[in-house]
Amino acid sequence: MLQVNSIYKTFNPGTVNERVALDGLDLTLNDGDFVTVIGGNGAGKSTLLNAIAGTFPVDSGSIILDGTDLTGLPEHKRAKYLGRVFQDPMMGTAPTMQIVENMALAARRGDKRGLKWGITKEEHEKYHEMLKILDLGLEERMTAKVGLLSGGQRQALTLLMATLKKPQLLLLDEHTAALDPKTAAKVLEISDMVVKKNSLTTMMITHNMKDAINFGNRLIMVEGGKVVMDVSGEEKQKLTVAELIEAFSNI
Amino acid sequence: MNVLGALFSALPGAVAQGLVWGIMAIGVYVTFRILDIADLTVDGSLATGGATCVMLIRLGLNPWLALLCAVASGVIAGLVTGLFITKCGIPPILAGILTQLSLYSINLRIMESKSNQAVSVDKYSLLASQRYVRDFSILNPLVLLTVLLLILMILLYMFFGTELGSAVRATGTNQNMARAQGINTKFNTVLGLMLSNGLVAMSGALLAQYQGSADVNMGRGAIVIGLAAVIIGEVLFGKIFRNFFLKMLAVVLGAVIYYIVLQIVLQMGLNTNDLKMLTAILVAVFLSIPYWKGMLDAKKAGAKKEGK
Repeated sequence: MLQVNSIYKTFNPGTVNERVALDGLDLTLNDGDFVTVIGGNGAGKSTLLNAIAGTFPVDSGSIILDGTDLTGLPEHKRAKYLGRVFQDPMMGTAPTMQIVENMALAARRGDKRGLKWGITKEEHEKYHEMLKILDLGLEERMTAKVGLLSGGQRQALTLLMATLKKPQLLLLDEHTAALDPKTAAKVLEISDMVVKKNSLTTMMITHNMKDAINFGNRLIMVEGGKVVMDVSGEEKQKLTVAELIEAFSNI
Repeated sequence: MNVLGALFSALPGAVAQGLVWGIMAIGVYVTFRILDIADLTVDGSLATGGATCVMLIRLGLNPWLALLCAVASGVIAGLVTGLFITKCGIPPILAGILTQLSLYSINLRIMESKSNQAVSVDKYSLLASQRYVRDFSILNPLVLLTVLLLILMILLYMFFGTELGSAVRATGTNQNMARAQGINTKFNTVLGLMLSNGLVAMSGALLAQYQGSADVNMGRGAIVIGLAAVIIGEVLFGKIFRNFFLKMLAVVLGAVIYYIVLQIVLQMGLNTNDLKMLTAILVAVFLSIPYWKGMLDAKKAGAKKEGK
C-alpha cells in the first residue's frame, strides 16, 4: 500500500520562477491498484512520480510504501522498492552496455553490489526466455549494445528491467509518449501483461484519454498539484473520452 | 642510415616509456571512457606517485612497498577530486584542476621543497631503470613492465565484470538508469576516480624510477598524453579490438606507438620544446574527427534527400 500524505513541493522558491508543483497532494493506493494518471501540462503528474521516486526531496509531507517511510531516503535507496520507466526511452537503459548486462544490473536492484560476477550463466538462459515474451527478437541479440536498439525496443527492455525484480510499486511516466503509435500500442500491451501477470501496484501517466480509461482499475486526475478526480471500478469502466475532456475543461 | 641506427637503438627506451605511460593511459581510459569524466587530477597525481615513491625509496623502504604507497597517494588524490564533485557539487573539470593545483604544493612538500629528487639505481635496487633497457637480462625494465601490465589488465578486466565494476560502468554511461537500479552513483564516481588515480600514481612511481628521479613538473600535460594514447589506440585498433581486455591493450599500444613516433620525430631533428604543442594538436585533431564526420554524414544524408 502506498500512502502519499499531503506532500508539498515548490520549485525555485523565492524567485520569479517560483512554481508550486505539488500543493498538499494526498493519495492512497491499495495493493494491486493499477492507476492511470491524467492531467494537463504542468499539473504535477510527473512531479508526483518523481517525488515518490526520490528524484528530489519534498518540502513537507510523507511518502510511505508498505510501511516503509521513503520520504527521507535518497533516490538510489528507494530504487529497492520501485520499478520505473521514463518518458525518454534513452533514460532507462545503459547504452554502452549489452542487453544482458543491463538486465543483470536490474536483477540486482536494491541489492548490495560486491565483487561477485556481474552476470551468471543461469541468468543468460533466464533472460533469453524473458526476452522471448517481448516478441521483439531481442533474445537473439543479447550481447548487442543497448544503444543500437530503437526507442520502442529500449522502452520494452526498460519495462522488463523494471519488473525483473518484482517492485512494490511500478511507476510509468508517459512511457509510450515518445514512441510511434504502433510501437506505443505494443509497449502498452506488454505493460498491461506484465502488470497483470505479477499483479503489480502501478501508476501510469498518460495523455491518451482512451488508454487512461481502457487500462487499469482506477483513474486519477491531477491539477494544480492536487488530485482533483479519483474514480475506480465500475464508475471508471463507464467513463467516456468525452466525459474526461469535459472534466478537463471544468477545472 | 645513421638516423635509422640511432632510431633502432632508441627503440627499446621508447617502448619502455610507452609501457610506463600505458598504465597511466589505462587510468585515463577509466575516467574518460568508462566514467565519462575528463579528470585533470592526473597531472598532479602522476607526480605525487613519483615523488612518494622516490622519497620512500631514499628512506630505505623496499621499492615494491614504495610503489604500493605511491598507489595509495594517487588513490587519495582521486578521493579528494571525487568528494569535490559529489559532496561539493564542483564540476568535474574544475574539481580536477583544484586537486591538481594543490598537489603541486603537496608534491613539493613530499620532495622536501626541491623540484627534483634523484634516486640512483647504483644505490637502490629499483624495479625499473633506463640503464638496463637494452640488456638481455631479467633486470630489463621491459620484462617487469610487461608482466605488471598484464596482471593489471587481467585484474581490471575481472573487476569491471563484477557487480561493483558493472555499477561503475552503469554510472558512467547513464546516471539516471543507474540510480533507478539502486546504484549509488556518487559512490561509484568516487570509486572510479580513486581507481584511475591509483593507476596514474603507479605509472608516475615507475616513471620516476625509470628516469632515476622524480620531478615536480613530470606530470605537466599528462592528461593530454594519456588521451593521445587512448585515442591512438582507438583509431588504430577500435575496429578489431572489441572486448574490454583488448580495448585496454589498444590503449597501451597507443602509448607505445606515441613514444615510438615521438622518437622518430625527435631523430628527424624536432625541437623537444615543441612536443607538448604537437601532442595537444594531435589530440585536438583526433577528438574532432568524430564530430566532423558526423557533420559530413548529415550533409551527405541531406544531399541525398534533396536529390530524390
